[in-house]
Formats: sequence, structure tokens, C-alpha cells
Amino acid sequence: MPGEFLTPAPLIQARNLSFSYASLPALVDVSLSLPRGAMGALIGANGSGKSTLIRLFTGLIEPGRGEVVFDGALLSNLNRRERARRIAYVPQSTSNVFPFTALEVILTGRSPHSGRFRFESSHDERIALNALEALDAAHLAERHITELSGGERQLVTIARALAQQPEVMLLDEPASALDLKHRTQLVKALRKLRNEHGITILTITHDLMLLDTTFDLIFAMKCGRLVASGAPEAVLNERVLGEVYDAPVRAMRSEGRTFVWSEL
Amino acid sequence: MSAMSQTAKASSAPVNRARVGLRLRVALPLLIIVLIIAFLIGLYVGYQPLNLTALKTDPIARAVFLRLRLPRVIMAGLIGASLAMVGAALQALFRNPLAEPFTLGVSGGASLGASVAIAFGLGLNLMGVPLIFIAAFVGASVSVLLVYRLARSGGGAMLPGALLLAGVVLNLSASAGVLVIQYLASYGRALQILRWLIGSLDVVGFDLIWKMLVFLLPAWIVLIAHARDLHLLATGEEETAASLGVDVRRTERMVFLASSLIVAVTVSVGGGIGFVGLIVPHAARLVFGQDVRVLLPASFLLGAAFLILADTLARVAISPDELPVGAITALLGGPVFLLLLKRQQRYSAM
Repeated sequence: MPGEFLTPAPLIQARNLSFSYASLPALVDVSLSLPRGAMGALIGANGSGKSTLIRLFTGLIEPGRGEVVFDGALLSNLNRRERARRIAYVPQSTSNVFPFTALEVILTGRSPHSGRFRFESSHDERIALNALEALDAAHLAERHITELSGGERQLVTIARALAQQPEVMLLDEPASALDLKHRTQLVKALRKLRNEHGITILTITHDLMLLDTTFDLIFAMKCGRLVASGAPEAVLNERVLGEVYDAPVRAMRSEGRTFVWSEL
Repeated sequence: MSAMSQTAKASSAPVNRARVGLRLRVALPLLIIVLIIAFLIGLYVGYQPLNLTALKTDPIARAVFLRLRLPRVIMAGLIGASLAMVGAALQALFRNPLAEPFTLGVSGGASLGASVAIAFGLGLNLMGVPLIFIAAFVGASVSVLLVYRLARSGGGAMLPGALLLAGVVLNLSASAGVLVIQYLASYGRALQILRWLIGSLDVVGFDLIWKMLVFLLPAWIVLIAHARDLHLLATGEEETAASLGVDVRRTERMVFLASSLIVAVTVSVGGGIGFVGLIVPHAARLVFGQDVRVLLPASFLLGAAFLILADTLARVAISPDELPVGAITALLGGPVFLLLLKRQQRYSAM
């Protein structure tokens, strides 16, 4: 039930966040909170500040104003290593130049848990392989990352995030390069991570089709502001979506699901 | 289902896999043996092959060996090791397999700095440190920062093509600068610059080697200490490395500092010796894989062996005359660069 996630204490919280690139405001006074164990989706038009918010949550950038609270403490008070142990980040895509094997890439997810001059143990290797297996991609382990398709590479990146054994996984449009089959696979994998590993998930997505059966919370952004948030059925309606995307959007409920399409 | 059997197969596979730590434990002894062999060859081969009985009885032969050949071989080893490790580090930092001090224009910048110093007087010292070294260090640091800034598109991603182009342009500008200085300098000074640019590993005694080590040793330590950060950068991108806990800006600063130190030392002592940082790390990759934590120490040892052998070749190829060792590394390095360039186009758009 989506509602049950609204009661526990928030794992990650934005308090009046503002951020500007040079003098260009990207985020204006955004406040939201994601409860532990929830699966949240961040939607909005291109340039609406979604990526900026994810990067602020990851700690890759520091807010201009406001604060990010993680598990009751200021995110900026966590050191890099601790942050990397608890928060994992999956970018939109990664380009790879050197032909590392998938396993080598996933093993780097273990580095926040070991010393600077330590190599990964067989224990770490098992965690890395389990991560790949959790995504039904064990066959990729010894393949070279440079020879994988975009979808396979994205699975490897998510497996690396999983190998970090984080409390929260933040994903920046992980499905943008994927076809329908792989997209569905990815969403299924994320749901499995939440259900079986208890990982809190926040992902940016443009795919409104898969939202309401999968996610507990949806946050809609427009021009750097949060314009709507709540359970899928509260956000996925024509009024909110029309405002978010500034275009005529149709939404219809049928067979217990919301279907969204755009009027041409 | 096939996915099930694949899963089962993969989970039984890792038991006997050679892990990275193991790979390093195999690589180091192996490369130390290679280095020892190269060292012995370097000591033995020469205008006159080493004569062990003469070494025991003849004080002149002993002096020639201990004050000329031995320090020269050691110097070649130090320079080769340093340049190769810097190459491996820069490739990881820039995520560009073609990066190294020479292709990025860092050696060019150091040469320009050193030429300026020679034009104004070679023998000057600043608190015991030769001015030529300080000038080379300034030249190297300025170049590495310039090439870095030029390759970043408005704070965004690093463009591999832009990086190499910036390096080429820096090299061209630096050599134009050297030409102008040679033209303006007195005849004697101009000749000095020319001889020095060609470079030679001729050395008498160990004084210079101790002085070099004062600067090289900290640079080596800095690079090895950042091996893991460099590995995390090489396996992904800046943001993924940062999300795994790497302080990317600090790593960049430290690697730039270490690289500038190493290039300044090697250029002020041996002149421009290009491509060592390209050939050696790639040879090491072929044998020991991509892991940067293995690659840095492996390149260090292999680089020492490589330049000792290249310098031995330079000494005996047209004996009794000598070839500049930089000519030999460039003759080998050019084709390797082109080969890698062709291969890189497969992976990423320039």
C-alpha cells in the first residue's frame, strides 16, 4: 500500500533547497521528503531541475540555500566515505574508454567499504556477483564494459550501485537509453531491490506509463519548483500533468491503472 | 530457463579467478626480475663490454664503471620508471588512453621553461635548486593546467579529441617559443639549448641522482597513494567516482603536481624523452589487465627496464657515437600512438 510509507521518518529530505548554475537558478525553494523504504519518481520537463535535485541529494553539489537532511543529520556533515556507503548514484549513462570487465566495474562499488590500499576480497567479489545476479545479468560478469549495449551497461552501473550496499539509490533517468523490454526489466529490478533489499529509491523518469503500478510517491517539478507530490493517483491527472509539461496531457484510469498520453 | 543456468554457472566461476591482489603479487616479482635482467644488460653492454677481471684489478676500469656506466643505467631507470607511471596516471585521470606528458604538451612546456632558463644563464641556483629545474617545473605546471582547462567544455565532460588537440597546439607553441629563444640567444647559448633539447643521459657520479630523488620520491608516493582514486576515475566518470567517495578535484591537483615535478626533473636532466608514458602502460595492460592499482607499480618497474634497454641501444647502435635516447623512444612510440588512436576510435567518438 502506498500510504504506509508516508508515516515513517524520512530518510532523505530537502529543506527549502535552492541552487543556481552561475546566475541561472535551477532549483527554487524545494522541500520534499522521501520515507525510508519508499520508491519515489521524479518527473518534469527537461531542465526543470530534476537532475540538480538528485545531484544535491548525492552530495555531488552543495546547495546554494537550504539543506539536505539524510537520516536525521545534515548531509554535508557526512564525510565522503560515509556518504558513499549509504547513498548510491546511477547517472544517465556512462561512457567507458578502457575495456574493464563488468565485474571490475562493479567491484569499484565496494571501495567505500575498504581501505585505500586494500584490494577487494573474495567476500567483496561475492557481493558484486550477487548484485549482478539480483538484476538477472550474471552472464555479463566477464564481458568487457566497452562491448556492452547501452542497456547492459546501465545494468552494470546499477549493479555497482547495489554493490555499495546503500540505504538509498538515486537514479538519473536510468531508462532513457533503453527500449521497452529493457525499461520494464529495469523497473522490475528496482522494485525487487526495494522489496528484497529494503533500498529506498528515487529515480528521475520520463516514462509515465510505468509510474502508478510501481511507485509509492511521485514528485513533479517545473522550472525549478516542486509543483505536485504525493501518491500516483493524486499526481497523475490531467490538471497536474498539463501544468507540469505545459502541454495538453490526457490521463485515463482503466483496469486500476492510469494511462497517460499526449494530445497532438 | 537459460537465465537460471547462466546464473548458476556464474556463481560457481569466481572461486578460482585471479583476483586483483593476486595479480599484483604475480606482477611485481615478475617485473622485478625483468628489471634486474635489463639492469644487468645495461651494465654489461657498452662501447666496451664489461670485463669482470679488469674491474677487480684495474682502478681506471673500476672508476669508469662506478662513476659513468652504473649511474647512467640507474638514471635511465629512474627516468623511465617516472615517465611510465606518470603516463599511466594521466591516462586514468583524463580517461584517455593516449594521454602522457609528451602528447599532452607537458614536456613541451617544460622544455620551453628550461630553454628560457638556459638563455639567461644555465648555472644559476635558487636556494640550491638549479634555475633550469624551476623554470621547467613552471613550464610543465602551466601546460598541464592549460591543457586541462582547454579540454573541459565549460565545466562539462572531458573531450578526448580536444585534450589531444590542446596537447598538440601546446607542443607546437612551445617549440616555436624555443626556436625564438634560440634565435635571440647568443650562439653559444643557442647551441647549449639545442644539445640539451636533444637530451642525453650522460652523468658523472651520483650527486645528480640524489638530487633527482629528492623531487622524484615524493612524486612517486603521491601517485601511488592516489592509485585507487585513479582506478575509480578510469572505470567510470567524474561523478560516479565522486559518488564513490573520491575527492576528484584534490586527486586532479595532486596528480598534476606530481606529474609536473616528474616531467620537470626528467626534462631538465635528460631532455625531451617522449612516448615512454604511452608505450609502457599499454604493454603493462596487455599482460596485467586494466586495473590502475596494478598498472601504476607495473608501469613503474617496466618503464625502468624499458628506458635502460632503450638507452643501451642508444649507446651501442652507432658506436662509438651515441644516439639520443629520445629518438629511439619516439621511433617506437609514434607507431604505438597511431595504433592506439585507431583502436580508440572504436570506443569513443573523437
